[in-house]
Amino acid sequence: MSAAPEPARPPALHADSLQVCYAQGAATLAAVRDVSFRVSEHERVGIVGESGAGKSQAFLAVMGLLPKYARISGSVRFEGREILGLEPRALNRVRGSRLTMIFQDPMSSLTPHMKIGAQLAEVLVHHAGLTWRAAQLAALEMLDRVRIPDARRRLRQYPHELSGGMRQRVMIGMSLLCDPALLIADEPTSALDVTVQAQIIELLRALHAQSRMSIVLISHDMGVVAAIAQRILVMYAGRIVESAPAGKLLRQARHPYSALLIRCVPSLREPRGERMACLPGQAPGAADLERGCAFAPRCPRASARCHEERPPLRALEADAQVACHHPLEP
Amino acid sequence: MLRYFIKRLAAALPTLFIIVTLSFFLTRLAPGGPFDEERSLPPQIMANLQSAYGLDQPVWVQYGRYLRALGRGDFGPSFRYKDFTVSELIGQGLPVTLELGSLALALALGIGIPLGTMSALHRNAAADALAVSLAVLGVAIPSFVLLPLLGLLFGVTLHWLPVAGWERGSIRHLVLPVAALSLPPLAYIARLTRSGMLETLSSPFIRTARAKGLPLRAIITRHALRPALVPVAGYLAPAIASIMTGSLVVESIAGLPGVGRYLVQGALNRDYTLVLGMVVLYSSVLIAMGLLVDLLHAWLDPRVRFSAPQ
Amino acid sequence: MTPTSWRAAARRLRANKAAVAALSVIVSLVALALLAPSFNPNTVEALDWSHVATGPALVHAHWFGTDRLGRDLFVRTLEGARTSIAVGLAAGAVSLSLGLGFGAVAGYVGGRTDYWMMRLIEILSGLPLIFFVIFLTVIFGRNGAVLYVSIGAVGWLTMARIVRGQALSIRRQEFIEAAVACGASTARIIGKHVVPNVLGPVIVYATLTVPQIILLESFLSFLGLGIQEPHASLGTLIAEGAAEMEAAPWILLAPGLYLTVLLVCLNIFGDGLRDALDAREPA
Repeated sequence: MSAAPEPARPPALHADSLQVCYAQGAATLAAVRDVSFRVSEHERVGIVGESGAGKSQAFLAVMGLLPKYARISGSVRFEGREILGLEPRALNRVRGSRLTMIFQDPMSSLTPHMKIGAQLAEVLVHHAGLTWRAAQLAALEMLDRVRIPDARRRLRQYPHELSGGMRQRVMIGMSLLCDPALLIADEPTSALDVTVQAQIIELLRALHAQSRMSIVLISHDMGVVAAIAQRILVMYAGRIVESAPAGKLLRQARHPYSALLIRCVPSLREPRGERMACLPGQAPGAADLERGCAFAPRCPRASARCHEERPPLRALEADAQVACHHPLEP
Repeated sequence: MLRYFIKRLAAALPTLFIIVTLSFFLTRLAPGGPFDEERSLPPQIMANLQSAYGLDQPVWVQYGRYLRALGRGDFGPSFRYKDFTVSELIGQGLPVTLELGSLALALALGIGIPLGTMSALHRNAAADALAVSLAVLGVAIPSFVLLPLLGLLFGVTLHWLPVAGWERGSIRHLVLPVAALSLPPLAYIARLTRSGMLETLSSPFIRTARAKGLPLRAIITRHALRPALVPVAGYLAPAIASIMTGSLVVESIAGLPGVGRYLVQGALNRDYTLVLGMVVLYSSVLIAMGLLVDLLHAWLDPRVRFSAPQ
Repeated sequence: MTPTSWRAAARRLRANKAAVAALSVIVSLVALALLAPSFNPNTVEALDWSHVATGPALVHAHWFGTDRLGRDLFVRTLEGARTSIAVGLAAGAVSLSLGLGFGAVAGYVGGRTDYWMMRLIEILSGLPLIFFVIFLTVIFGRNGAVLYVSIGAVGWLTMARIVRGQALSIRRQEFIEAAVACGASTARIIGKHVVPNVLGPVIVYATLTVPQIILLESFLSFLGLGIQEPHASLGTLIAEGAAEMEAAPWILLAPGLYLTVLLVCLNIFGDGLRDALDAREPA
């Protein structure tokens, strides 16, 4: 997070009191309870937390990809402009060009009956007004940039003819075609082999270095986040519980949950987004009402106060915040 | 793709062969002969007639001759329309029936698919209820009830369209028959498109397309339509069959001189060769349609025709 | 299916308002067909020369009007309804037994018998059997028995497929092995064990076949290839009505509406039944 003086350029993304709720009969499910954060220009931010923490939901809300019946409130400013509730045509100018997102399973996230080349080219045709031929050429260059060998042949192939790692590279390439300001990667490696995971993370780092874009990487795997993030946000039960520069967090986490996450880096065969095998108990669901700190039932340091009073997110240092009554001391 | 086609063709041909054989032997095994109605003929003339039509030969010989004639495209003479061969009758009637049937199919697809798509996009309780009721009605009302009712409404009461009759090149006479014929498949296609579209729109790759900022039109036509229409492709063969059976009645009521009407007339008159020829004709058409539909299905879903990925 | 799953299915069916409404309409229509003529003094054949081709009126209890020969349409329509329903049930029973028998044997015996039986079904299901039915009426004449059998032969294919699927899965279950161990013959096993256990889906399909059969019979009768004079089914009445449409539309409307409503409700009810039974928990 930036220090006290405001940055000269607006942050790539600025979320303020973002909430996402769903009505189910008489009850309300809160997927994202109250989330505020900033992503600066050319920053790499990691969002970590177990499944159900609201990580994906928050950023799907940012992209406007949640279903119509989702109740979203708060404010999200992208490059200084409010995008929550933006009318569809304006949103579509931003999405896919300046603001992009890639998803977890590249097999099901790519259109099975369209050739790779077409899926890439249509982004440029729509956003940059290129002709199909020019767009296909640009797509070819992009495939090279994301290190896909034999790119010319790949352009003419269908998604099921590529390996998982290659498909994810295609997804990444697709999102970079219009030189975005922000790329959101939602669990980009969770469906891939460990060796391929490392390649993808490395690719993202390299691409980030070559441009001015910011990256938000969402994962349940602290190891993956640690490999790429400059700053880490830890989410639990729909809220941010800790925010700190990566090095500082990994050396000395202040929130008990963060510390536990770091200690039990998940096993190789962890199913995606499942709760950490070494953390006892289960995270509260979206329907559970809050009373006190959401993590208290599972927290080894919980006190009576923790069960009654919800700890607010407050700054411990200039660049670190924590939501805990009894944060760990360095 | 070619290999797939040949495989399917190889499976279809024996089916056709069995149908032709089965039908042929059924006609020959029927009690009585085609000339039983004409009791007034003296035996000598009967014998001549039998021999002229080759009916005095053993069954196997007749079968062989029929097959060879079929190979030449000769369905044999009509027993009732004494001056015509079945092939000639087919030649006269087929264009009419094809025009009727293809228009009906085109209408069913051309209106059913957009209707189903729009219904999937604008989901509210009222539209849903309307769509479902129309679909149920469309499927259940028989064409032989629908056509007279339509004729009653548009012909007798409103005097907008002719109720029956046919003139070469006239469109007005085709409107009601085509409408009645296309309505049941149209309703079903709309319903299938709607459910297929709804399911496809919740797929992950549609979310990617939206994340790319593509306009709705592009998402529907380029990304969603092909997978959404897979169930419709599966329904095409039954749809064509339904149109074919419907054409029997529609042609009869509306007085359209197509092969359907000949079949019905042939059945009423117990004209064996005519009916046999019609059965062979309809079967071949259906099997051919079935093949085409299979090919279409494979095209819609590339995973069907490609072997395992790299 | 166990008794509890039957009960759950019945509950789901009762909750389906459309299906329940459809069922009550069906029952009313059938009751009308069976009972109403006793409330009307006219008979089916009586020719009322003073009221030829008149519209619906209360005069002489010609509630639906009369046809070109002066016959009362109310009783005639309902007699036609009785005929159509009777054919539906009779042919349905033929279809049911054929499908049940064929499918149970194929599924239970398995192996090559199964293979060839399934090939036969594949071939036959490639074509609209209406053409074959028409064919058969040409060959064997248009008497009632032929009609019932040939129409019944239409619906048995899907039935056979479903029964075979069920039989295949039942075959591996323990009580079958027990029966075999006790030395029961194949026929006995099929009859006493396989058949009762496939009843669930069979009932659903039987319900869905009945409207198809009624439709087919009406279709044939409409074309003149089905029920013959002086008996009338809804199909023949609709044919008469279509011919008289310009002068006397009510001759068409009464049987037409009756048939349409009956078919629509049978379809809705059948769909509801299928939904109720499909969603069942594993027995």
